[in-house]
Amino acid sequence: MYKIAVKTDSLVTPGINACQGCALELIMRNVLDVLGRDTVLIIPPGCSAMFSGSGIESGVKVAGIQGNLENSAAIACGVARGFKNQGNTHTKVVAFTGDGGTVDIGLQALSGAMERNENILYICYDNEAYMNTGVQGSSSTPAGAATTTTTPAGKLGRSKDLMRIVMAHDVPYAASAFVANLPDLRRKVRRAGDTQGTSVLHIHSPCPTGWGYHSSKSIELAMEAVQSGAWLLFEFAEGRLQLNREPGKLGEIDAYVNGQKRFRGFTQAQREQLKKDIITRYRTMNAGMQT
Amino acid sequence: MPERRGRPMDKQAGRKLLGPCAIIFAAAKTGSWRLERPETDAGRCVRCGICARYCPVGTITVHKEGAAPVEIDWRYCKGCGICVNECPKKCMELVPERGEG
Repeated sequence: MYKIAVKTDSLVTPGINACQGCALELIMRNVLDVLGRDTVLIIPPGCSAMFSGSGIESGVKVAGIQGNLENSAAIACGVARGFKNQGNTHTKVVAFTGDGGTVDIGLQALSGAMERNENILYICYDNEAYMNTGVQGSSSTPAGAATTTTTPAGKLGRSKDLMRIVMAHDVPYAASAFVANLPDLRRKVRRAGDTQGTSVLHIHSPCPTGWGYHSSKSIELAMEAVQSGAWLLFEFAEGRLQLNREPGKLGEIDAYVNGQKRFRGFTQAQREQLKKDIITRYRTMNAGMQT
Repeated sequence: MPERRGRPMDKQAGRKLLGPCAIIFAAAKTGSWRLERPETDAGRCVRCGICARYCPVGTITVHKEGAAPVEIDWRYCKGCGICVNECPKKCMELVPERGEG
């Protein structure tokens, strides 16, 4: 019934209408490569909807459904419960959503799923704004970053910390990952896929179009974000938090910030504030590890 | 029941698909977006495979043997330049496309 019009070994088609240098495409390829064919993808509208396709054409070989922004986790729960009733314990149900569909709109559905500890894998690729509809600010947008719905001087408030919300639900497994270390990302996807119960992955996804940098710098910027501590790499399993990598130059965000046009209206005071926030978050996470 | 538009019939199983449903695994010819193409200096390439690992489009194949170490599928390469930027030996560079491809 499913017609394969392109020959490829990968589960993802080579010709996806993602922007040049998009890290999301790299994430999707690696996630499906690890999880394999026995997967059901729940995708909300957004950049990831390119993979569920338009009209009668699809970009992935696995089964899936495109839902709404607010209910990706709820649909995933329904599918997982259906499999459970059929006695199917092997198929992995994956919700693959962006930051808008997770941190803003889909948060209550995700919270409910985590509270009931449904057997799903929830992946949030975080490009820090609503990129698909034209760079509107989300609650994941960092302080000082300009989007079309923030002031030209950038976002005035701070960003929401998704992973601390997730950890407050005491999920069996949660981790944050980035694209500059793909073996680490693949290991986390495999572990999350093997976990019984809700597992959440938060993946940093640099966006050349929305952040304003040359498409070749995606991996470089992801590395800068982790080096400066703007993105922390950690795993949370069985109530224990573990930091995977110490930021090499904690708080030195200049290389990360100066490389992106969205921070062009950044004032010195904002820069100092962002540095302070990054260091505070790192210390909070470190303190969480020791208790 | 006649087949309605956007609701293809699964004739073998005799079932009707509800709603718009993707039944073709297809690819767009994203190679036509390319303004610059990556070129490899085969002499300096050490065939480490890092360009292939980080290529978002997955078009790069690195051969362990042969005269041309890096093979790129030009039908889909978007010319983003990530391979060029990530190459540890700096043996790749972006050259402007001149209408072909």
